Amino acid sequence: MAVMAPGSLAPVFEPGFFSSSPVHVALIVGGVVAIVSGVVGTFTVMRGQSFAGHSLADIGTAGGSAAFLVGISPLYGFVAMNLIAAGVMEMIGIRRPRGRDLATGIVLGAALGLAALFLYWDTTHSSTTGATINVLFGSIFELPSSLVPVIAVFSVVATGIVLVAYRPLLLSSLSPDLAATRGVPVRLVGIGYLIALALAVSLSAVTIGAILSTALLIGPAATALRLTKRAVPAMLIAAAVGVAATWLGILLAYDSYDWLPRHQPWPVSFFVVTIVFVSYLVTHLYVGRSARHRRHPVAARVA
Amino acid sequence: MGSESESVSPPVLTVEGISVWLSGRPILQDVNFRIQAGEFTGLIGSNGAGKTTLLRVILGLETPASGHVLVAGRPRSPRNPLIGYVPQKILLDPDMPLRARDLVGLGLDGHRFGMPRRSSVQKELIAEMLDAVDATSFADARVGNLSGGEQQRVLIAHALISRPRLLLLDEPLANLDIRSEQEVVELVARISAEQQIAVLISAHDMNPLLPVMDRVIYVAAGRVASGTTEEVVTTEALSLLYGHHVDVVRINERILVVAGRDTAVHHHSDFRAQWP
Repeated sequence: MAVMAPGSLAPVFEPGFFSSSPVHVALIVGGVVAIVSGVVGTFTVMRGQSFAGHSLADIGTAGGSAAFLVGISPLYGFVAMNLIAAGVMEMIGIRRPRGRDLATGIVLGAALGLAALFLYWDTTHSSTTGATINVLFGSIFELPSSLVPVIAVFSVVATGIVLVAYRPLLLSSLSPDLAATRGVPVRLVGIGYLIALALAVSLSAVTIGAILSTALLIGPAATALRLTKRAVPAMLIAAAVGVAATWLGILLAYDSYDWLPRHQPWPVSFFVVTIVFVSYLVTHLYVGRSARHRRHPVAARVA
Repeated sequence: MGSESESVSPPVLTVEGISVWLSGRPILQDVNFRIQAGEFTGLIGSNGAGKTTLLRVILGLETPASGHVLVAGRPRSPRNPLIGYVPQKILLDPDMPLRARDLVGLGLDGHRFGMPRRSSVQKELIAEMLDAVDATSFADARVGNLSGGEQQRVLIAHALISRPRLLLLDEPLANLDIRSEQEVVELVARISAEQQIAVLISAHDMNPLLPVMDRVIYVAAGRVASGTTEEVVTTEALSLLYGHHVDVVRINERILVVAGRDTAVHHHSDFRAQWP
């Protein structure tokens, strides 16, 4: 996108869009994070751990706001807090379906209390609401380019875990017992996946915000699962939907500066989340109808 | 029963003196039985009798307080390719991006790390297995969209593709309509006979299995009785096993086990439910 000639597309691409350094960083980081979210999110939806994913994001706000308080990038706070939370959730019993919501809920409650404290301090100490906005709603245009290599490393680790453990993860998502009898180290695979989830959630928390990162994790994956019946294409479609939504969101946010007379840009997160939601809705309505038609021959054969 | 039919090769499965306690309660007490190659054995008992626990012990998912399990004469290893397993509960949401073909393929290499790259030989083997369970017509459908009977057939193919000598099925007939029930039983019996695979199939109702069952292992109150249906499923034997009177009623080659009113054989605490 960055190499396109801006001249002919001036009405769409506002002047300065491609020459702006924050926009470059936003496009690169946003794209990478959307890919990670798509790959990891596909398994989050399959394993029915959307609540755990969302909770990790909320829990991360405690870390993000603490990092802001001590003057380092919220990314480190998100990652540290989410890894700790994932570890605690694993210990309390995320493996048992019934223990899962309980484990998640207990850790979530404790972390949100901390987040409330840190965000309050952030606001009172710096006499600005910037911290709250950054942590909760993302700061994609304010990312220093020095953070790009760090984000790349976290992204490679998260995606790598899911791709390397792909088959054991799939098998243990279907049935932990079945996987165990096949020699899958079920617990290790589960922990690996939680680490990937913690990283994915942290990464999208810095781009579109802690509160909204679930949208990028779950939305494109849910859309993809409606479109294909195979796991690998699902991960690719989810990543593609996520990247498209993020890039389009960045473009619209940049353009939105001139939409209202007050010259106030709309937040990127709003656009990304809305695009993700609309794409899911459209696929749901479209595929929902054709899937009902497809089901009939099978049903007829069984009867 | 097992000792007189002892053959030269060791039994496919030997369960000796297995006792299991869960949260301070005895679930299984001193369970003994053997399964020979190619035998079709029903593991019968009401819900909560300990069938699933027993299967979990055999699979190595549960550690018994005492006793041991031998598979083909050897202590069982954590990952035992000699045992194929069809679990009762499996997450098959319609949204699960998994075709019947993919699920069978996971039986081949689901424990391996890295992305799958299957050879044409492996793809052919997967197709053969799908064919063996009459699943070719829906091989490319989402597993979550299949009927209960179709899912069971795919799971059986998943278990069989690693060429096990013992197939364990946990309540495969639960929630199936009568016709799919019959199809699954016939399929498992056919494969057992053709490939000399021993089958241990748990069920709360023995009637669908009666035409094909070589032996029955009856579980009640944490104890088991094993033998042929004629030996085990009698008013006397089951009353001893349950520790209170039950009636075994045979109607049109179907068997009903109902609680009796006679309390003559109440609480035989010294009873050890074994038919040697």
